[in-house]
Amino acid sequence: MRDNTERLRPPRFLWVPFELGRPFGAPDEPEFQTRVLRDVLALFEHAGPSPVLEDFADDAPGQDMDMTGWTCPIPLPKTSDPGTSELLSSVLSEIESLAPWHQIGVERRGRTATGVLGIPIDAVATFLHDIFERVPESPKDGVPVGQAFRQGCEELKTFYLEAATAKPGAAKSHELADWFWGGTAGGRLLLSLHPAALESADEGIKQVALGQMVPRAQKHRLG
Amino acid sequence: MVRLSDLDPGSAKHLLDKECPPFETSPWVEGPPVAERRIAIVTSAGLHRRDDQNFALRDLTYRVIPGDIDTAELVMTQSSVNYDRTGFQQDVNVVFPIDRLRELKDNGEIGEIADYHYAINGAGWLPHEIEATAREMAGLLKEDRVNAVLLVPV
Repeated sequence: MRDNTERLRPPRFLWVPFELGRPFGAPDEPEFQTRVLRDVLALFEHAGPSPVLEDFADDAPGQDMDMTGWTCPIPLPKTSDPGTSELLSSVLSEIESLAPWHQIGVERRGRTATGVLGIPIDAVATFLHDIFERVPESPKDGVPVGQAFRQGCEELKTFYLEAATAKPGAAKSHELADWFWGGTAGGRLLLSLHPAALESADEGIKQVALGQMVPRAQKHRLG
Repeated sequence: MVRLSDLDPGSAKHLLDKECPPFETSPWVEGPPVAERRIAIVTSAGLHRRDDQNFALRDLTYRVIPGDIDTAELVMTQSSVNYDRTGFQQDVNVVFPIDRLRELKDNGEIGEIADYHYAINGAGWLPHEIEATAREMAGLLKEDRVNAVLLVPV
């Protein structure tokens, strides 16, 4: 944020008015990204003196787009407040439904950000669900179970969101977040798991539940 | 990187409460025109190659990203859950503009792209705790003959 930068006083800084996580503005907007990059590079030729704090004037593309009618990629199976035992099957069912869109996204982009635990997404969901009952073994060698838990939560979200963003049309990031956390069994799994993780016998899982599991903007959904 | 007014009150307060110790000096180094510079990126987005070690929750290490990286290899294991990742999921360049740098190099707008770029996990530690890591990366960047570094937060 600009306030923090003004306190830090780095020698050269370009402030951009984009949301956190998007320092070059927007995905798949190469011309806009290049404009931001050129403005950053221009700071190297600035005459000074330090600090040089400049502002990028324009908002990222897509801020004014009409979201009316945006829906998730496909109708997901209805799972009205399932109990813990049904939650896993609901998530696995959603994963199966989303898989074709996820695959389309992978083919179109030539990449996926999933795979950080080296196991299939349905195994990630099962690993997470196991935490209701016990401290499972970490699915990845060298990664403590608490870290695997954090990365598993992200992995599940990433799968859903890569599928959601593969469909035609665009959605704002907060719409996507609200969809995941408020409209899917995957989101409900993580929200339901939060109290169990806070009580876990594993200190690493507890630590993750305290601050790295549910975003601040979604914590109102916790009981 | 973001307007205060665009954040929920809890996130705005969290970020404003961050320790932001000012630089004790005002270093100012000039160099050749950008068209002659050798440029590297240091990102706090917790990026790394899929086969590299994932970042831990509180991690002061760095990962090396080769300048000729195929961006399909890049994943993100940053600790914070409080920023958007869907942009990165769709296009690496929204956090790590390597393709844009390659285009500028092809146009002759920058001199060279460094052989190596660096990523840290920009969450879970206080500013002074990362100093040793920063100094180590600075040494590596010098050895790579880099004379312009883009510090890119998320």
